[in-house]
Amino acid sequence: MSTVAQTRRAVPRRRGPKSLNAGQGRRGLLLVLPTIALLGVVIIYPVIKAIVMSFQKDAGLDKATGMFVQGGYAGLANYKHWVLQQCNTPTGAVTCGPGTLGGQTYDALWVTLFFTVVAVAIEMVLGLWFATIMNRTFRGRGIVRAAILVPWAIPTAVTAKLWFFIFAYDGIANHLLGLVGVQPLLWTGDAWPSRFAVIIADVWKTTPFMALLILAGLQVISSDVYEAAQIDGATKWQTFTRITLPLVKVPLMVAVLFRTLDTLRIFDLPYILTGGGGGSGHATTTLSILVIRQIRAGFNSASALSTLVFILIAVVAFLFIKFGGADVIRRPPGTAPKRRFWRRATPAQATEGN
Amino acid sequence: MAPHIPRRRTQALFATVLAVGLTAACGGGGGGSSSSKGSNNAAASSHGPITFVTGKDNSGVWAPTIAKWNSAHPNEKVTLKEQSDNADQQHDDIVQHMQAKDASYDIVTVDVVWTAEFAAKGWLVPLEGKFALDTSKLLKPTVDAATYNGKLYAAPFASDGGLLYYRKDLVPNPPKTLDEMWGMCSIAKKKGMGCYAGQFAKYEGLTVNAAEAINTMGGKIVDSSGKATVDSPEAVKGIAMLADHYKNGDIPKEAITYQEEQGRQAFEAGKLLFLRNWPYVYNLAKTDGSSVVKNKFGVAPLPGVSGPGASSLGGHSEGISVYSKHQGTAFDFLKFIEEDAQQKFFMEKGSLAPVVAAIYEDKDLVAKYPYLPTLLTSIKNAVPRPVTPFYPAVTTAIQDNAYAAIKGDKTPEQAVKDMQSAIQSASSS
Repeated sequence: MSTVAQTRRAVPRRRGPKSLNAGQGRRGLLLVLPTIALLGVVIIYPVIKAIVMSFQKDAGLDKATGMFVQGGYAGLANYKHWVLQQCNTPTGAVTCGPGTLGGQTYDALWVTLFFTVVAVAIEMVLGLWFATIMNRTFRGRGIVRAAILVPWAIPTAVTAKLWFFIFAYDGIANHLLGLVGVQPLLWTGDAWPSRFAVIIADVWKTTPFMALLILAGLQVISSDVYEAAQIDGATKWQTFTRITLPLVKVPLMVAVLFRTLDTLRIFDLPYILTGGGGGSGHATTTLSILVIRQIRAGFNSASALSTLVFILIAVVAFLFIKFGGADVIRRPPGTAPKRRFWRRATPAQATEGN
Repeated sequence: MAPHIPRRRTQALFATVLAVGLTAACGGGGGGSSSSKGSNNAAASSHGPITFVTGKDNSGVWAPTIAKWNSAHPNEKVTLKEQSDNADQQHDDIVQHMQAKDASYDIVTVDVVWTAEFAAKGWLVPLEGKFALDTSKLLKPTVDAATYNGKLYAAPFASDGGLLYYRKDLVPNPPKTLDEMWGMCSIAKKKGMGCYAGQFAKYEGLTVNAAEAINTMGGKIVDSSGKATVDSPEAVKGIAMLADHYKNGDIPKEAITYQEEQGRQAFEAGKLLFLRNWPYVYNLAKTDGSSVVKNKFGVAPLPGVSGPGASSLGGHSEGISVYSKHQGTAFDFLKFIEEDAQQKFFMEKGSLAPVVAAIYEDKDLVAKYPYLPTLLTSIKNAVPRPVTPFYPAVTTAIQDNAYAAIKGDKTPEQAVKDMQSAIQSASSS
């Protein structure tokens, strides 16, 4: 690129081809303008507005009139509230105690990360398995494919309510446990059962999504490669690790990326299934649940927390695309990025890294 | 441009309404001031068509009520706008429309626990002066729940109070005091059933139950100025009672996951001796196909220390939006729903507990709903949940800490202390 630019600069400006290029550029800009405007309205404006709001104080109560008054500029107070767990009291700022939302930031962060790591790992393994099954040719493949996709087609709210009944004390989950001699669990009451209740429901619901994306990747692998492997006498396991995995890696990582970002902002499933409860009161409260709870108590402070969540998710997405090989921004062939020395050396290495 | 016109109109409306108290007819005379057009419009239109906003009308009481009003007031027609049937969504829907200063929400249906928040935000018209509502016939706790800072902000529409459902085949005389009730748990133990359950899952129902325990023991969560007063020996006693009886099994282990419905199902399945729940359970337990207690249960007021306990108050009120252009009609409609005829209809058609005391003595109704006198006792002794504009934070403070205390994760003393500081930090942020 740079050499091209240099040679251009050497020749006189305002030459025909260049102006034609510029005209095309302008037309191109004109054509994407509606999209950019739309994105600006639905994405950029809300993000900026949230950041601006996060530096405003929430409305406070005027003691004399008993009416809310605008809070004014808050500086970093809202961020301190969440990050340093500072709560205001009549006697000054103190550490937020149990029963305040500010005191739950880190619990919510760990729970969210825990959900993400465990649920996505299970979904990845199961998804890969389901996809391999769906990719085979056998009688009744259509029925198996449809059956695997059913959970994904059910709205999350319905899924959550469904599992709520399954995990009720008198529900089927405890009944089945009873058959193998396990005492009934308080699935929505105790800390770890409630967390795994959420994970089980989430895995049930979203593994099909994972499987579908991986299946798309599997279907573009040419059967020649497998035939060649068969002729060379590769075992099934070798075929899977040496051929299937490296070739399906990009769609697999994209699926993992999507699911990771989804799970980092998981809200509806735990909110309906456990109400964020369990353990000593908030064992399944994720960051998004915390944001929604805070919205009822004050928008500006909630904006600060949602900005933090936004940054967290952006960082995770960035790391995935940089190091995880989730190549969602596929470049046209022949324009390989320069100086990407950290990019994977071989596909196998990168797969191990994840 | 758009936001200015309604605001000017509203201000003009206030000025004219408060100063002159004029009727719609003579409003034309007042228009000499700078905003003559606005004032004319406001006065002339303070009566006119309005929109009535309420949560999903599952019992179907509103359509006939509004039809009745509309046939008598063809020029002031009321339109029904139903929201979802989820309380949180109803709350957020009202908040969004109020923030947008939307004039199309004239009357909003307000859960008793939202009144203070909406009033303090300045979204509800205080019912005083021209809009003074006669509350002499109404049950006092329902009026208290709609009052903020000494002013009434909404007209109580339907009430609700907790009842003690008991198995009259096992306990012929219902317990009058808490000690009596816990003493009867030996009967449940002999039968191999749970003794007592309420709503102890971590959600709004837990606030209701914890507040009942605290109030019954003589504690108070916040005082009349909204200051936290929960850190008291009485409140500790209330929470400790629940924690102790959960620990010793009088409250079954699974009750920590019960909302209203799970408790009702357990009671109908014959697994509970006592159940604290709302009046809606009565008809279901009598008629449900799966109910094994159809003719084996009775209702009593919640037991207290020496007499009836302090139920938490449920129910809804109707508030007039400050952005409404037809507040005169809105107020007339509020008076209309407080009338005996409508209150009786709400009870007959929707089992909604009336806010008018006299209805509870109506012979026909009592014959049909034998629990009415008991419910009246319950509501008369009821204490509204904390009336505070910071209710969302206060209810979180109560839920989280009460939940931990009942499960035995922290002592009742510590739980009450944590509630106190959490409420304090919520209301001074």
